[in-house]
Amino acid sequence: MTPVYMAAGDIPTPHIEYGRLAPVLIVLGAACVGVLVEALAPRAQRYGLQVLVSVVGLVAAFAWTIALGIGDQPHHVAAMGAVGVDGPTLFIQGTILVLALMSMLLIAERRHEDSPFTAQASTVPGSPEERESLVAGLVQTEIYPLVLFAVGGMLIFPAANDLLTMFVALEVMSLPLYLLCGLARRRRLLSQEAAVKYFLLGAFSSAFFLYGTAMLYGFAGSVRLSEIAAAISKQGGDEPLLLAGVALLSVGLLFKMGAAPFQAWKPDVYQGAPTALTALMASCTLVAAVGGVLRVFYVGLETLRWDWRPMMWAVAILTMLVGAIVAITQTDVKRMLAYSSIAHGGFLLTGVIATNKAGLSSTLFYLAAYGFTTVGAFAVITMVRDAGGEAGHLSRWAGLGKRQPLVAGTFAFFLLAFAGIPLTSGFTGKFAVFQAAMAGGAMPLVIVGVVSSAIAAFFYVRVIVLMFFSEPLADGPTVSFSPATATAVAVGAFVTLVLGVIPAPALHLAQSAANQLFVR
Amino acid sequence: MNLYVPIVVLGALALLFAVGSVIMGSFTGPKRWNRARLEAYECGIEPTPQPVGGGRFPVKYYLTAMLFIVFDIEIIFLYPWAVAFDHMGLFGLVEMVLFIVTVLIAYAYVWRRGGLEWD
Repeated sequence: MTPVYMAAGDIPTPHIEYGRLAPVLIVLGAACVGVLVEALAPRAQRYGLQVLVSVVGLVAAFAWTIALGIGDQPHHVAAMGAVGVDGPTLFIQGTILVLALMSMLLIAERRHEDSPFTAQASTVPGSPEERESLVAGLVQTEIYPLVLFAVGGMLIFPAANDLLTMFVALEVMSLPLYLLCGLARRRRLLSQEAAVKYFLLGAFSSAFFLYGTAMLYGFAGSVRLSEIAAAISKQGGDEPLLLAGVALLSVGLLFKMGAAPFQAWKPDVYQGAPTALTALMASCTLVAAVGGVLRVFYVGLETLRWDWRPMMWAVAILTMLVGAIVAITQTDVKRMLAYSSIAHGGFLLTGVIATNKAGLSSTLFYLAAYGFTTVGAFAVITMVRDAGGEAGHLSRWAGLGKRQPLVAGTFAFFLLAFAGIPLTSGFTGKFAVFQAAMAGGAMPLVIVGVVSSAIAAFFYVRVIVLMFFSEPLADGPTVSFSPATATAVAVGAFVTLVLGVIPAPALHLAQSAANQLFVR
Repeated sequence: MNLYVPIVVLGALALLFAVGSVIMGSFTGPKRWNRARLEAYECGIEPTPQPVGGGRFPVKYYLTAMLFIVFDIEIIFLYPWAVAFDHMGLFGLVEMVLFIVTVLIAYAYVWRRGGLEWD
């Protein structure tokens, strides 16, 4: 009988380009240091150490990303082709890191020693234990490593050059977010409900992603995006296995983006999660998800674009319209911004559908512009407070402009940017994306985009009217200033203004990043 | 054909063990009929009908189970590496040390934060 095992020959050692992967490794390393701080540092020092580790990690990773970007023209695959390091990826990663740093300002915020996160997550809401933990001044400092792990996943997700790496990144990014969603300090039941909904729907969509990956593996014999592209051009695009795989994979990806009809989680989660975390999810997670969508559709399925374009057309149109129309009926400010984020996902998809260099560069620009405005807007929301925490209901915002003109004015500016009014980054971004879509022959899509922008402008302007032209409430919310949040608002407003008034440098940066497309 | 004989033998042994254990249990096990025996079998937590108003079930079982899985996976990676150690050389050693350090960080956290204390 022949032996069933084979004598092992020399196993080729894989080589890993640590230098090119350093931004990701720094962030994940900082997260590990954060876990050790939790384990070893005394309770009183944990908060300071955690904030220090997080900020240093994010800044170092960003500096390294810049260094990679201005070094030799980045166009490499790293880690045996599992990760791509190229212009668009570095642009996306840099954007994620800056936005994460801004969100970190909100996450680390302490108003009168009051963090936005729960004192002890394991206590039942409303129980004596909860009160005890509040009185004892406990803080859940695990949030910092969790945020860093999530950011690490977000950095890998748009860089992943094969579907399995992408799936691992998806989970690394999602699992901490599910948990963090449930850790709000106020309205804890709502927060926990959001976490459970996000987790269940997210797990469901992960299964779709994995199923699609399996189908595409069955078709191409590889999970690598370049091999899938090669198999499509060799075998043609009519294989049922391929089409089913593309459809299932798209469900998984579009869910993370919150595109209709997979948008149901977004309003609940954005409303329930602590606002500081909503800022992170609405900016960084969206950037990462769109980055992943861009890579899959530009690298893996580019040759199949005549087949997936009709599907994406339908999704983009539906997303823009659902986001813009349903937002009109919202009475909670975070929920309204969640629907606004859905609509913006639709605008971003028009850039994806263009499948040309202009589409890529305009989507990159849009992502950066939208991210800054979003973090700024959510930062303002954390500042406007009632006795019981943030003033979520829109009616509470009535007349804020008369009592706090600066804060209300900044928020109005962000809303105008969301609406795409000239002299804000929102206008430049929308203009660039629609121009690329028109060049890509998607005129009807652009028309729907403009119409839904007009619909969306209605509810943004309605909030502005509410803030400036109605009588202030007698017991209206107060505005709590603090340096960290004010910095986040200021940076958001500054970038929104600069990208609207002199967009050329940033547009040029996005164009040069997109110049080489994604590495295969 | 000979190649598949070990698989068939393995399957037969597994089947024999499973069936054998159940039969042996029914012969040798004590038969006490009480309330606990009639309850649904759930591993580590209280069976499903929770007290009205939201009961809480102990989480310590999950902690132990999760730790077990972490180390289980560590072993799964360690074994093939140990077998092929000579072929992987320094690279393999460095990567494995990195992997073990990552698992140890999680272990240190659980240990320091009292996750290993049952009561």
